[in-house]
Amino acid sequence: MITVDAVALYLLPAVWRSVVPSHLALHIPDGFLSLPVSLVTWLVAIVLIVVSLKRVESEYKDRTVPLMGVCAAFIFAAQMINFPIPGGTSGHLLGGTLAGALLGPWAGSLVMTVVFIVQGSLFQDGGLTVLGANVFNMGLIGTFAGYYLYRSIRFALGRNSLSKTLIAVAVASWVSVVVASIATAIQLALSGTVPLAVALTAMVFWHVFIGIGEAIISVTTISFIWRSRPDLLYEPPRKARSLASEPLMPR
Amino acid sequence: MSSHLHQQRNRAFVVTGLGIALLIAIFLSPFASKDPDGLDRVSEDLKFGEKELQDKPAYKLPFYAIFDEYAVRGVPEQIATPLAGLAGTLVTFGLAWGAGKLLVRKPGVPPEDDVSDE
Repeated sequence: MITVDAVALYLLPAVWRSVVPSHLALHIPDGFLSLPVSLVTWLVAIVLIVVSLKRVESEYKDRTVPLMGVCAAFIFAAQMINFPIPGGTSGHLLGGTLAGALLGPWAGSLVMTVVFIVQGSLFQDGGLTVLGANVFNMGLIGTFAGYYLYRSIRFALGRNSLSKTLIAVAVASWVSVVVASIATAIQLALSGTVPLAVALTAMVFWHVFIGIGEAIISVTTISFIWRSRPDLLYEPPRKARSLASEPLMPR
Repeated sequence: MSSHLHQQRNRAFVVTGLGIALLIAIFLSPFASKDPDGLDRVSEDLKFGEKELQDKPAYKLPFYAIFDEYAVRGVPEQIATPLAGLAGTLVTFGLAWGAGKLLVRKPGVPPEDDVSDE
């Protein structure tokens, strides 16, 4: 049934699909970064991933495991959907801040890493030689910088308020995208690919808009979880904690 | 409180979440904007797009015989991207779940406090 519906649904876009070539994302392709920059970003990514592995091992409960699967699946799917921004450019969700808010920085980082490994190895999206840079820029900046910014803002404004939590999600996810674009520009400049000033100006200009899309998707998702299962958030609102203290998976 | 109820509610959340992800990957992916995205646009404008390696390491992986970017090879164009989205979403779901399962302590270990202790 799905295929029948799908064929009908895609008749129109198929025409337009065939006209325009597909292309990749904020994902850096092979060749844009120099060997030293690739190696340093690999190193930083690996260190943070190893720390995340250890923290997940020591701190998380098995109730998180299915959530990791769901979060990874959702972010992979959402990253496929490029949304248009003014000026003939597009952007898509990165999702690091979202993953951090849902799963915490440690499991969130692992989830983002899985997404970029699948994209790079199965779908040639993002160069394998620069996978470290892509995991760092689009994943770890969100799951660490984005997450801690979200946490600070939310806890300062009011942890148990949905609207204040959403403000924190919006600000942190927008900032994480702009910071990711700055990091990418710096790496491109250090690699001698493009001068820093022009790279920064161009990257930040577009990602100021792309970050708005990131904020809208992240806010929508966290709002949905808050309304349906607030106890599943990494830092649930206090009123949901009585629920959270119940065993969530069969023992 | 029955843990049975919690189990059901958790399963409902996982099924709903995965279902939403699959719907997005299958039915929305063909409508994704084809405009160049942030970095593509900048690499075109600043003319460093040609530095992209043509012979990518990923082309040497067996998956390249199945997927041409986000399109399954050898199927009608209308379903190539939805199928790739379906496969990618399920693989990502399975890998992340599996990674979590390998790492997180086994059930039966006495539970401590809440996950999110301050």
